[in-house]
Order: sequence, then structure tokens, then C-alpha cells
Amino acid sequence: MLHIVACIKQVPDTKIAKINPKTNTIDRSSAPAILNPYDTHAVEEAVRLRARYGGVVSVLTMGPPPAVKAIRKCIEIGADEGYMITDRAFAGADTLATSYALTKALEKIALERPIDLIVCGKMTIDGDTGQVGPGIARRLDIPPLTGVCKVAEINRELGYAIVHRKLEDGYEVVRSTLPCLLSVEKDINEVPYASMPNVLRAARYEPHIWAVADLADIDRTQLGLKGSPTIVSSVWAPEKPKGGTMLEGSPQEQAEQLLQIVLERRELLDTEVTTA
Amino acid sequence: MNFDDYRGVWVFLEVKDGGIAAVSLELLGAARQLADKRASEVSGVLIGEGVTPLAQMAIECGADRVFVYDAAIYRDYRTEAYMRAVLACVEKHKPEILLYGATSTGKDLASAVATDLPTGLTADSTQLDVEADTGLLLASRPAFGGNIMATILCKKYRPQMATVRPKVMKALPRDPGRTGEIVAESIPLQEEDIRTKVLEIVRATVRRVRIDEADIVVSGGKGMGGPAGFELIHRLAGTLGAAVGASRDVVEAGWIGHDHQVGQTGVTVTPKIYFAIGISGAIQHLVGMHNSGLIIAINNDPAAPIFQSCHYGIVGDALEIVPMLIEAFGRALEAERVCSANSLLEEEAHAGEI
Repeated sequence: MLHIVACIKQVPDTKIAKINPKTNTIDRSSAPAILNPYDTHAVEEAVRLRARYGGVVSVLTMGPPPAVKAIRKCIEIGADEGYMITDRAFAGADTLATSYALTKALEKIALERPIDLIVCGKMTIDGDTGQVGPGIARRLDIPPLTGVCKVAEINRELGYAIVHRKLEDGYEVVRSTLPCLLSVEKDINEVPYASMPNVLRAARYEPHIWAVADLADIDRTQLGLKGSPTIVSSVWAPEKPKGGTMLEGSPQEQAEQLLQIVLERRELLDTEVTTA
Repeated sequence: MNFDDYRGVWVFLEVKDGGIAAVSLELLGAARQLADKRASEVSGVLIGEGVTPLAQMAIECGADRVFVYDAAIYRDYRTEAYMRAVLACVEKHKPEILLYGATSTGKDLASAVATDLPTGLTADSTQLDVEADTGLLLASRPAFGGNIMATILCKKYRPQMATVRPKVMKALPRDPGRTGEIVAESIPLQEEDIRTKVLEIVRATVRRVRIDEADIVVSGGKGMGGPAGFELIHRLAGTLGAAVGASRDVVEAGWIGHDHQVGQTGVTVTPKIYFAIGISGAIQHLVGMHNSGLIIAINNDPAAPIFQSCHYGIVGDALEIVPMLIEAFGRALEAERVCSANSLLEEEAHAGEI
């Protein structure tokens, strides 16, 4: 019985979010909170591995109380259990402080049920770093495997996993001992629409919720803003470039003008390689 | 932690296709500027099997010193092996700043090293500066989905670390006369210490044109309306022998694969011509293409920010204009082919006369 834990995050939908031009911070009221899109693939992969090998899929998040919604979304995808750590002491954490807090929660989960595999999304759309997954792996002293585009085999009895890691021009096949941590690519799977039983279960689901005081051996100086070595010193709108020459006339005339502009610098059209 | 013990700017020298990765050479250029401002030195960390001969190249591109970990155990990139080498080197020689290319390898390695040291790590930086008197690294990057820039500092720990986007910094011209120190380093590391093993490396058999290498890139955004409209992007690219790029929205909508995404969380491109069609021009996209030679933007919204960042702009319906461009460019290129075919015939005719 595999125990797979997916680490997930609720994020503001940065595609929609507006920036407050006065403070240059994200206006959270403008953006709905969603489950980080990359994490949906991590949860889906965990669910697929459970279908292949049997076991339990847990999800873990750190966030403010409304992040329960993101856990419910994971239950819709098919996760069995949800864990959330929430506490003011976690606020303002950078990737190092985040990986510390999540590791402490993972250690507590592992006491209840030993963990064989941790799955993370490639990155979050608000932080855009991809650093938390490898950070957790280092803290737990298990191998981090990033860029995973396929899980070829998990063998719990013999204690190994074989995965494909994406390279710029192909992939590599890597064997790792278990437990290990996988950061998965978006194209590892497609997340289907949730089944009705999962949707119904998710609607009623209440996750395990822990505060700092519930976690063992925790060093409070490593949490939140205090435990974060990086700080955002300033946020600024980049200088506006001066802008280009706008073409005029009918669409047909503009298309012809553009052709002439490019033909005046004919060498630009020489391509060394032609595409398929 | 005594900050005065930490000196110099380091670059992790990534090995790619038997040479030093372009991004690492770019970072040596950036490191040179930072180090000069601090009156300190630039060092490279080179890890691999049989890589010692590459150290000279790093010196010619700006390094004063290269620490080399050359051993069979480093043949394939593996987080645990490379991380141990970097950690040992940092502990021994104490850099003030350590930079990595924001490639899959650089990001993987930097994340692990940052956790073990521990220290702060800024991801995907696009601008670097240093305070001359304090040595504080100012690493800036697009933030919050890419509409604004944030400057990130690490005041409490050394070394300060950042991953840096490829093709953003400028490599120095190679100076074959430049000299420096090559330092062979090693740590006791056995195969049994490493828990992963690369079983096989599979190169893509059909060599697709990678968009970061293409001379022309035609990119489409949400303004193409849907997958059917996006097909016009493929057709214009086909006409021009170009690669197809895309904005983040359309990749997330599934119109095209992530490999085609141009921008902060995708690929950085510097083609001779870049078409941004139906793309509004969020900063997160702009950082991935703004160094292109000729940028042409087509969008139906005259207020779209992309028009601030292009060389030529057309306000209009992409679905109407792109077919006209396909026709116009197709006609012009076809005419050239006929022309050159004719001149070949003429040459043959002349040859016949002789």
C-alpha cells in the first residue's frame, strides 16, 4: 500500500489579478483564489499511481483558512485525505521557510502513515520559483527529482522508483530509491472532470487542520517572514518602452506595408532551419 | 556568520553538449560587472567527467579562477552528487554571491544547495546589481504573474544566490589571451552515496526546431480566439520557415504545448523577427522576447502594452490580417524562388552559349 502525499497551494489567479498601481502589490480582491494549476497535475498523478499500485493519496497545504477550498478541489480530483497547516506564524514565508513548515507537517503525517512518495507541481503561478519541492526533499533527506514527465515504475517492495525527467532535447530515465520527491511537469497527465461521487465527497470534506503548536520539534525562528532569508525590498513597474511605429490604412494596405518593411531588410527572412 | 569572510562572485558552469552552456558564459559577463563593482574576483565552479579542458574557456570569458570537480561520479547531472560538490566548495572558499543559469539543471541544483546551506535564493532573475559598499545583491525579477518587477535581497546569509534567465545577460567577447587559475578540487564521494542513477538518456529522434534557436518566431495569443484561429499562426510560421510561439494563456488553455510558451515561465527567444499576434504583452511575456531583432505586433486593442514594446504595430483583427500576411509573404517568397530558378536557367543558358 503506497502512501503518496501531494503538496499543493492555493494561489490568486494571476491571469486575472490586478496590480494596485499605488502600492504595486497584488489586489487580492480582484483575483479569485484557485488551486495552483500545476498542482492539479501532481494530485492527478498521485491518484493515477494509486490506481496502478493501490494505496492512499494525501494532500498537504500551508495557507490561510480559506485554503480549505483548495484541499476540497484535490478531493474532487480523487485524493483520500487532506491536511492543512495554518497559523499566523507561517505568514510571509519564502521558499526556505515554506519548505521547513511543510517538512514538519510531513513528518507528522508520516507518524500516522509512513510516506513512500511526495509529489509536487512544477511551481506555483504566484511565486513562480519551483524551489519548494527540492527544498522539502533536502530537509527530509530524500532524493529530489524535478522535471518529471512520466512515472515508469514504483516498486515499494524493492524500494525504488523509475521516472522520466524532461531534458531540453529529450528525456532521461532515472532510478531512485524510495521514498523520493517528484516535481512533475504539466504535461505528465491531463486532469479529467471530477466524478460526481468525488464532487459530493469534496463538498462535505473537512481536512485535518494543524497550527504551529500541533507540530513537534518546531523551531519558530525558521517560520514565516522571520525565517525567510529573502525579502522583497521593492516592487516597481518597469519603465515603459517608447513604443513602435503604428502602421495605418486598410488591413490589406497594412499587410503590404509590413511586407515592404521586412523586404527592405531581406536578410531577416533567411532562416537556417525550416520547421516541421 | 562573518560576512567579511565571504568574497567574490561565482558562477555555476553548466556543461552542455560537451561545452560550457551559453547561459553560464552570459553569467560570467554579469559576474564580472558585479565583481568589478566590489573590487573582487570572479570564479567558476565546473563539475563533470572529463571537463577540466573547459575551464580555460571560462577564464577567457571573464573568470579569474575555476574550481574543477572532475570525476566519473559526475558524468550525469544528479542533484545529490553536484550538490555535495558545490556545498563543499562554498564551505571551503566562501563566495559572496553565487549565480546559476535558470535552466532545469541550474534551478534544481540551486534549490537543493540553498536548503542545505541554508541561504536565500532568488529564482529567474532578469536584472542583477550589487551595492558597492555592502556587497548586497539586488536581484530583480518579474513577479505576481509577471506584471510588475520585484527586487529581492538576502541580508542575513552568505552566499547570496540567484538563478538567472538565459539570454538576459551579455557574455563578454572571448579573450584568448586572458589568464586565470584552474584549481582541481575533489571530495570523497562514492557511488553508494548517491541514491539516484541515470539509466538512459533518450534524445528526441525527430529534431524539431527549438523556438529558442529559430531565426523567426511567430507567436499567437488569446486574440486568435481559439484553436482554429491559432491554426493561422502555424500557417504563417510555415510560410516563413518560422517556429511557433505562444503566450502563457493559450498554453494553459491547451491550444499548444508548454514547449512553445515564450516568457518568464517559458522560453526566452531572440530571433531576427518576432511576431506577437493577438498577444496583449504582459511583462511576463515581454521578458521572454524583448531582445528580438524586429518585433511586429498585431492586436485589436490599440491600448495593448505590446505596442509599447514592438518596432511595428498593426491595430486590427488578427483573424483578418494574418491570412493577408500569409498571402503577401507567400507571394513574395514564391516570386523570389521563381526568380532564382530563372536566373539558374539563364546561367545554364549562358553556359550553353559558351
